[in-house]
Amino acid sequence: MSAHATSRIVGTPVPRKEGADKLLGIARYVDDIEREGMWHGATVRSTVPRALIRSIGFDQEIDWSEFTVVRAADIPGENNIQLINADQPCLADGQVNHCDEAILLLAHPDKHRVRQAVNAVRIEYDPLPPVFTIEESEKQQTVVWGADNLLKSFLLEKGDVDSVWASAAHIIEGEYRTGAQEHLYIENNGVIAEYSKESGVTVWGSLQCPFYVHRSLLAVFNLPPDKVRVIQTETGGAFGGKEDYPSTLASHAALLAMKSGHPVKMIYDRIEDLAATTKRHPSRARHRTALDGNGKLLAMDIDIATDGGAYSTLSPTVLSRATLHSPGPYVCPNVRVRSRSWATTTVPYGAFRGFGAPQTIFAIERHMDEIAAAIGIDPVELRRRNFLHDGDTTATEQVMREPVILDKLLDRALAQSDYYGRRSRFARENPLSPIKRGMGIAAFYHGSGFTGSGERYLNSLAGVDVTPDGKLRVLVASTEFGQGTNTVLTQIAAEAIGLHYDDVIIAPADTAIVPNSGPTVASRTAMVVGKLIERASLQLVAMLQQHAGLPVQYSRSDFFEACERCRAANGEVVSRCRYEAPPGIYWDDQKYRGEAYPAYAWSVHVAQVAVDVVTYSAEVEEFWAVQEVGRVINPVLAGGQIEGGIAQGIGYALYEKVILQDGHMANNQMTNYIMPTAEDVPPIHVHFEEIPFQHGGYGAKGVGELPHDGPAPAILNAIKDATGVGFNSIPLLPEDLHRALCAHETVEEPAAV
Amino acid sequence: MSTLDTTISFIVNGESRTVQVPPMKRLLDVLREDLGLTGTKEGCGEGECGSCSVRLNGELVNSCLVPVLQADGSTVETVEGLARNGVLHPLQQAFLQCGGAQCGICTPGMLMAATHLLSHNPHPNMAEIREGLAGNLCRCTGFIRIFESVVAAAANQTVNKVASGPAHAR
Amino acid sequence: MRGDAHAHQLLAPGNLASVLQLLADEPGQWTPIAGGTELMVAYAAGRLNIAKLVNLWGISELRFIETKPDSITIGAGTTFTDLRHSAIVTEELSLLDKAAGWIGAIANQNRATIGGNLVNGSPAADSSPALLVYDAEIELSSVRGNRRVPYCEFHTGYKQNVMAADELLYAIHLPRRFAGHTQYIRKVGPRRAQAISKVALAATAALHEHVINEIRLAAASLAPYPTRLRQTESVLVGAPITTETIRAAQSALLREAQPIDDIRSTAEYRRRVGANLLEEFLRKLIPSGDAG
Repeated sequence: MSAHATSRIVGTPVPRKEGADKLLGIARYVDDIEREGMWHGATVRSTVPRALIRSIGFDQEIDWSEFTVVRAADIPGENNIQLINADQPCLADGQVNHCDEAILLLAHPDKHRVRQAVNAVRIEYDPLPPVFTIEESEKQQTVVWGADNLLKSFLLEKGDVDSVWASAAHIIEGEYRTGAQEHLYIENNGVIAEYSKESGVTVWGSLQCPFYVHRSLLAVFNLPPDKVRVIQTETGGAFGGKEDYPSTLASHAALLAMKSGHPVKMIYDRIEDLAATTKRHPSRARHRTALDGNGKLLAMDIDIATDGGAYSTLSPTVLSRATLHSPGPYVCPNVRVRSRSWATTTVPYGAFRGFGAPQTIFAIERHMDEIAAAIGIDPVELRRRNFLHDGDTTATEQVMREPVILDKLLDRALAQSDYYGRRSRFARENPLSPIKRGMGIAAFYHGSGFTGSGERYLNSLAGVDVTPDGKLRVLVASTEFGQGTNTVLTQIAAEAIGLHYDDVIIAPADTAIVPNSGPTVASRTAMVVGKLIERASLQLVAMLQQHAGLPVQYSRSDFFEACERCRAANGEVVSRCRYEAPPGIYWDDQKYRGEAYPAYAWSVHVAQVAVDVVTYSAEVEEFWAVQEVGRVINPVLAGGQIEGGIAQGIGYALYEKVILQDGHMANNQMTNYIMPTAEDVPPIHVHFEEIPFQHGGYGAKGVGELPHDGPAPAILNAIKDATGVGFNSIPLLPEDLHRALCAHETVEEPAAV
Repeated sequence: MSTLDTTISFIVNGESRTVQVPPMKRLLDVLREDLGLTGTKEGCGEGECGSCSVRLNGELVNSCLVPVLQADGSTVETVEGLARNGVLHPLQQAFLQCGGAQCGICTPGMLMAATHLLSHNPHPNMAEIREGLAGNLCRCTGFIRIFESVVAAAANQTVNKVASGPAHAR
Repeated sequence: MRGDAHAHQLLAPGNLASVLQLLADEPGQWTPIAGGTELMVAYAAGRLNIAKLVNLWGISELRFIETKPDSITIGAGTTFTDLRHSAIVTEELSLLDKAAGWIGAIANQNRATIGGNLVNGSPAADSSPALLVYDAEIELSSVRGNRRVPYCEFHTGYKQNVMAADELLYAIHLPRRFAGHTQYIRKVGPRRAQAISKVALAATAALHEHVINEIRLAAASLAPYPTRLRQTESVLVGAPITTETIRAAQSALLREAQPIDDIRSTAEYRRRVGANLLEEFLRKLIPSGDAG
């Protein structure tokens, strides 16, 4: 009974569930919370990229008896963070492998004293050779991880790429690079931890995945599951930056709590958060593409490399998504993608909205424009000739069984933006103006949810229950961090049962209360967890109808009365559902073949960019995003996701650069890491098409990451349109534009003395 | 040498308050720690993000950059002072309707910047709105629905973004 | 937050005379703090190695804008919002008005003072180029009396100036003689607000029969401290505006400028954009219709 033709609540812009508290300033983020007897923690970090730790000394002007000091030897369980591989230490033990790696932890009642004490710890190092780039790591002359620096590799093959080169009408090559990107959530990472022998470890924190943290703490403390409790506090932005890092921070605070005997709060300031926590993986993608005389793709040979930093953390899964998104939304009979993630001695890279897709979609969508220019076809037309349609197969031989409406999205985006009209106008105006304007497009998909059999492996459990004071309560581990989890899931439950939106609340994301419905990542929440809530809600109604006298046609009060009858009989009113894979999902993890994702969201972006040849600055003047995302559960929230993702994508393309010196982020202050302000973001026009996906909650697919995939290639394509110069590396700063545009100038620059 | 505390008296959200604190303690920390007003947030400590914005003698300032001594004898308005008796200020109502808050961490500062803007300029155009909010960074919204919220509040009407569909129960 | 409130004294004598007396009694020991938009950032980063601070905020003797027949005097404690709201500044000192709008964003402008901007002495200071091309004069006060220094002589090196250990920057005097000059100012930064200058150029020029009679040029971040571009000016004085003079002036600027590579930009970019800004200004001087 899903995807109703008309809905009362799903599809309407009900206000954000926790909105009033946020607006009143009473929502409680972790730094707003105090625990009695709380101490404060701080971290002593490596100042070198790779070294043996020769000695650790403590300045005698500090009375260290006031402090608790924790080092690796104090860890009761395993000294590593549980993720895909357990190769990242919780605390460095004898060796450091990146700048800002945590070595020692300090706690003290006074948060200023503990901060100062960090500067009073003297660490001496015996340096080892570092590795700072993909190219250095690939050479494998200095091995800094495993036997060969290779964190992960994939090989995806379809058809026979090498059979095509000899006869192809056109062969075009290109290399594309993307830099690191910092999440810059406005709330820094922070946790509070408590420890007691009776209850074990309790952690409150700004985080996305309470059960990831739970799992990691079990290993660090060697405790059984009921002796670790993780509670998400109101979280001020995450974007993937609080997917894995909180496991490390929570372990640190909990170790200090254990050793000091006090609750410990650890809140990073911006300087520390920027330097020491995860960022988006830098990448390099090389394309070699064969086309026939009509501009149809014959073969794609793609080589992808990412920089994973010092430990593998999420590099394997980021590489997977990068691989699967690298061929673009096109039909191509022969595809080979070789992808590798390389270790360097830098702060480990991690999850960030898009998770590998923004990197390789930048490459393929820039490359399509380069191909168009090389063979003399309009870049729009080139895409049309190669778009996937219903029934086509992807590079992994997945058949498009759900509708693919790229042509419609493209048509709409071109019409809304007056793409051709503006291009003509700019072609006339540019020669007479110091402002050169251009239009650029990008077309792409984003796979919703986990790859292949990922959801089966997660085996998510979610449910609903009814509280004694008459509220339906959603029980999920999915967290709210601005993207709308609380609202969307309560909308779905209210719709399914026929209640008011205000009848439904959501339980706190507390591992002691909620089942493990999986991590809040991969744009899976509305689709996968939403479906579980939809099913659990309907299951509750069916159960009440069967056993508690709820009539077939029931009113709101009938429902709550039946709930009380059920509570009287059973002591509780609860309904849980476990994930069921849609039929026909076949995925071969070895050959990388089959249904890579259960569903795809599709999008076309158009950017209008102005390049000022006096200052070499590029600015986005206007932006259009047309997307098909399944059922839109809440249009205000969904629109906000698209706009916010595009703003981040604009930052990724033109403003945000992580400047590393010896592997340390030198621009680790907000004054020097530049994100767009309210005066920099352009008007953004958003249009949704909806093709309900029957296996998603009320037809929903993923929305949150999709919008970050398109801006960078659309913008750089527009810059090529504006200036005639193609740029293949982001972030593209005025200094980079200057170098290239000056090289094209005919006026010679007089030699400077 | 450890500095002695000093007495600071000021009017915070209309109420007289007095604290004993070191003169260099940041106004931000005094609000949060000594007065328990945790609505004002710290995002950067450098005066870049604006999440610590308050109105000091009616002027928008970054409270992370104000030594509390300089606020002695002043009026301070924070987000907690916007709503009256639990009723949302029109600006808060507009943010709720238009989706101006996502994760909410920039929201208190953003609301203070917006009230400051509207108090000086009740009918700002888009350029003036952008300038008025340029010191408040939001990483979630891309600012678009924040602009819409300010426009809606300035027009003193709620903007209904629903294209079609029945009214829902509240 | 890496600062410790207990490690700093902050005194508020409350009036100018008492502040000057304190500076005289313990020269070089007390650092004045006005709006705090520089010092408090260093404090939070754990880099404020100054134990003794004296408060200037709220001293009304320092916060004023006074109009006389021949000059406008701006107290050092005047905020950038004060400047933007001042009718006389808007009318007669438009470059300073524009520069005031460049400071951070509204909240910074409400607190940052012109005196603080000058004493901090960053080569990227927003108000300096305008003051230089307006022939500003700095008035310094101490218990020993007041003295004036042309602003173009105020800075002597990177973050160094002519102030004595017991002196306070009291006011800035601006002659009212640039109303008829063509004026230009432009800042280039990484974004439209909350941006530290990569390079900026201010200019005033007076022409007589298509020949440059007077010209003043000043830049941000093309030297270790805010300074006039004298060599470039000398190429332009007495010259007509033609493509040749523009190119010659640009060459002079490229030679005169000493930008550096730093975390915000490169010397190459700053030099080139500085030359482009100069050209943009000079083209404004070409009477419309001329083939120059």
